[in-house]
Order: sequence, then structure tokens, then C-alpha cells
Amino acid sequence: MSISIKDVEHVAKLARLELKDEEKNQFTKQLNAILQYAEKLNELDTENIEPTTHVLKLTNVMREDETRDSLPLEKVFHNAPEEDEGQIKVPAVLE
Amino acid sequence: MSNTKFETVIGLEVHVELHTNSKIFCGCSTEFGAPPNSHTCPICLGYPGVLPVLNKKAVEFAMKAAMALNCEIATESKFDRKNYFYPDSPKAYQISQFDKPIGENGWIDIELDGETKRIGITRLHLEEDAGKLTHVDGGYASLVDFNRVGTPLVEIVSEPDLRSPEEARLYLEKLKAIIQYCDVSDVKMEQGSLRCDANISIRPFEQEEFGTRAELKNMNSFSGVKKGLEYEEWRQADVINSGEKVVQETRRWDESKGKTFSMRGKEESHDYRYFPDPDLVQLYIDDEWKERVRSSIPELPDSRKKRYTEQFELPSYDAEVITSSKHLADFFEESLTYTKDSKSVSNWMMGDLLGYLNANNLELPDVKVTGKGLGEMIGLIEKGTISSKIAKQVFKDMIESGKAPQTIVEEKGLVQISDEGAIKTIVQQIIEKNPQSVSDYKAGKQKAIGFLVGQVMKETKGKANPGLVNKLIKESLD
Repeated sequence: MSISIKDVEHVAKLARLELKDEEKNQFTKQLNAILQYAEKLNELDTENIEPTTHVLKLTNVMREDETRDSLPLEKVFHNAPEEDEGQIKVPAVLE
Repeated sequence: MSNTKFETVIGLEVHVELHTNSKIFCGCSTEFGAPPNSHTCPICLGYPGVLPVLNKKAVEFAMKAAMALNCEIATESKFDRKNYFYPDSPKAYQISQFDKPIGENGWIDIELDGETKRIGITRLHLEEDAGKLTHVDGGYASLVDFNRVGTPLVEIVSEPDLRSPEEARLYLEKLKAIIQYCDVSDVKMEQGSLRCDANISIRPFEQEEFGTRAELKNMNSFSGVKKGLEYEEWRQADVINSGEKVVQETRRWDESKGKTFSMRGKEESHDYRYFPDPDLVQLYIDDEWKERVRSSIPELPDSRKKRYTEQFELPSYDAEVITSSKHLADFFEESLTYTKDSKSVSNWMMGDLLGYLNANNLELPDVKVTGKGLGEMIGLIEKGTISSKIAKQVFKDMIESGKAPQTIVEEKGLVQISDEGAIKTIVQQIIEKNPQSVSDYKAGKQKAIGFLVGQVMKETKGKANPGLVNKLIKESLD
């Protein structure tokens, strides 16, 4: 498996990153190096091994359906770019 | 290739909000209608470094719904991140389930022209809801309310088994009823606790493979779903008949314009890059847990309907309507502990009760009348205390005030006059005042007697026993 500039452009677009041409080249190289390293895993026979979705052997960590206090509004807006009528105001993104 | 006859193929994706007290991964309240952003915390706002913890009730509600929809329940299930940027999702991903949903391979039966048709359910998975956006400043800015973020949702995906907009509506109605019986959601489309998207395509009847589909969004009512799909099947046929091709795209139903519109920008195919959420460990659902949840499922609409037609001899249509809502079905059964006349209970419900509710756009829990009240009122009619005509007035009062029928009858003095002497006096007065009708009757016009009976009823404000009035008038004239 190897990563092309097109793949890097696609991933950058999904992450809303704007990359310069030299960055695209650089990331293509770096990502390929990472994948090559991970390729080593393919040397192992994983025929009858279940995919690992979690490193912990824990299951069913759950809480009861109980409410707790929410954040005070001023704290909610502390990290908001702009506030308007108790709501967070952002530039429109129309689907 | 014009005016080919097409077959429509529809599959529905339904989102149902589960009515837990707290959100799916944090302790914020799920209350509807609270001040914007007042039910948020670092977890549902997606702050870095927080740890979501799964709400057990949400899992059990999802299992219950999946079981009621005849799904196989997973033994191992897990949560995945669905990645996308949109201001309604503060984490830039939604926690959902990708390859190990809670339930798979279910079905529900719908009834179409007296025939039962089974509609497959591909899967039911658990996920979190997004926030609510209001577009302002002429579409240049959006206001975000994050109260809804993290409300537990189940997404129920049907197989492409539906063949008409009407079948889609019936499926949705049945799905709503089943979820409502399970008591895991309010299933109110107006409040958004039940939402429906549709995939629809058409194909020439002899063709086996599916046509190109459109995804339809923004259908906010049961009738909207049907109308949106009807428009879309017409539009696609029109496109094909004019020699063009249907484009795979997302379209938005505009109820006020009665049309669907392409949502441009959505064409670029989504790349959600699902991966297992490392913050949430696997779910292991053993048989004991499954059975415990299964035993909490009440008798469901299909079974009740069957029982109502067999045990209470209701017509199939009446039984269908009454069991379409658990509130109505419970009301029906409560009435029957106070009267044995199931047909009469059904008639009052189908006529006066539903008539009132539909005319005022209400649902049964919005009014105060009880099944006990209706049962007792039917008892009063049987005993002759009130006439069925007066009962109509009493019942309307019961719906509006919630008072017991006896109380209303006493307060308003509506007891039926069955005293022969009293009615006879009024009959004499009416006969004297209406010589024309009397001579008409004597000349053989049977209809004239109806007019006289009507006059007596009017004089007594409907309280006279109509049978007795009829009898006394005839006696006086013959």
C-alpha cells in the first residue's frame, strides 16, 4: 500500500487543512514511511484472530440513568466564538 | 421510451429519540424545551480530555425497541466514531455504531387492503443526537443550541421492501405504535423525537436491479412523508420519460411548496472514516440480560388488535385504529372494566373522542377524559338516566373538563325525563301548536311524526326519553 499526493489532498480536505505543495510532498513521504513501518504487522498470521477494537479487556462500563448539574451558561459561552440570545453564533455552513 | 410504467422502491431510515432522563454519555438532562445550552457540560460539548460513560438505560431501551421489531440482538456490540465537520456536532464526530449494531434482521407487518405484508428491518443501532441550528442574518450565520447533543437515538433502517408512499406511511405508523407501546420514546414527529429520511428509486416493472435513488430529507409529518415520496416518484418518472437520468443526490422536501429540491454540495460522497471509539469499551449482552429486557416488553399492537377482533368482536378497522396508539388501547380496556358493551365503547372512541381530538389537533393524553368515565357514561345510557343524545353533550364536557359523567349530569340537570305525565303535557302543547303536522300525519305522511318528536325534544332540551315521546305522540294522534 502506498499513499499518493491525491490521498494526502483528500485527507487534508476532510480535515479542512490547507496545504502548500511542499507540505503535500513532505506529508506524502512521511505517511508512506509510517505505513511501511506498519506493514511489518502483515508478516504475522492473523487468520483466526478477532480484530482488536480496544486494548482493555473491559466490557459493559456503564452508568445509571441519573442527571447531574450541567455547566453554568457563562462557562458554556467562555469558549464560544460569539454569543447571541443564549446561543453560540457561528458562520453558516449550509448543507 | 415515454410513459413507461414504473415500480417504486422505498427504504426508510427512522431516528427515534429515547426518553431517558439523562444523555447517552453524560449526566445532562434530556428535557425538551429548556433554555438553549442550559443542558450542556464538558462531555457533550466535546471538550478535550473528557470521558464519555454509556447510559445503561439507553442500551436497554434500544434492546427493547430492537426486540419489539423482531431483531436479533447482538451479543457483542460496540461504538464507533463517525467523522464529519458541522456546527451541530461539537466533537466533529458523532458516536454511533458501524459494524456491530444492537439489533439486526428484524421485521414488522403492515396491513394493506386487508393483506399483511412483511417489511424487513436491516438494523437498529444506538447513537447520539446532534445539536440544533437556527440560521440567522439572512443565512450568513447560525445559532447553535447544544441541549440536544448527546440525547440517545436509535436509527432504524428498513430493507428496500416498500413499494409505494402509502406503504411507507403505514410502515412508519406501525413503527411509531410499536415504539410507543415499548415506552422508550415519545415518538412525536412535531417535536422531532421521531424523524424520517427516505431512499426512493423507480424502475420499469420488468427490471430486476434497482434504479438510481434519491435520499429525501425534511419530511416532518406522517402526511409529509407520503406527499414527499409521491412527489418524488412522479419527478423521477418525469425525468426518465423525458430521456434523462435520475441523479443520485440528497433532496429536501419543501412542505409549503409541495416539491423536493436538490441539496447541492452533498453530492461529493461522504467519507466518514468510521473507527472504534477508544473511549468506550465493548458491550457484552449475555442471555440473562437479553431475557430481562425481553420480559419488560408489553403486549404489542398486532397482538392486541387480534385480541380485540376476537375477544370483543370489534371490526378489523376499529381494532386497527384503537391499537394504533397505546393510549387509545389502554383507554379502551379501562372502559371495559366499567361496561361490557365493547362495541359502544369503540363507537364513542371512533366517533366523538377521535373526532374531538383530530378537530383540535390533540392526542389523548392532552385531554382529561378517562376510560373509566366513558365506561360509566355508557352505564348511565344503559340505565336510561341519560339519552344517547344528551350523552354526546356530556361526553364533550367530560373530554374538556375531565369530570365524572354523574357529576356533569347532576350539575347541569341533564337527567332524562322518563316521567310519562310530564312528557304527556309537553306532547299536548306541541300537538296544539302544530296543527299542520298533525293533519299531515293523519293524511298518511309518516314523516310528520319526526317533526313533532323533534319539537318535544327541543322543548325538553333533549332530555325527554325519545322512545317514550314517540310512543306518546302516536297514542295521542291515533
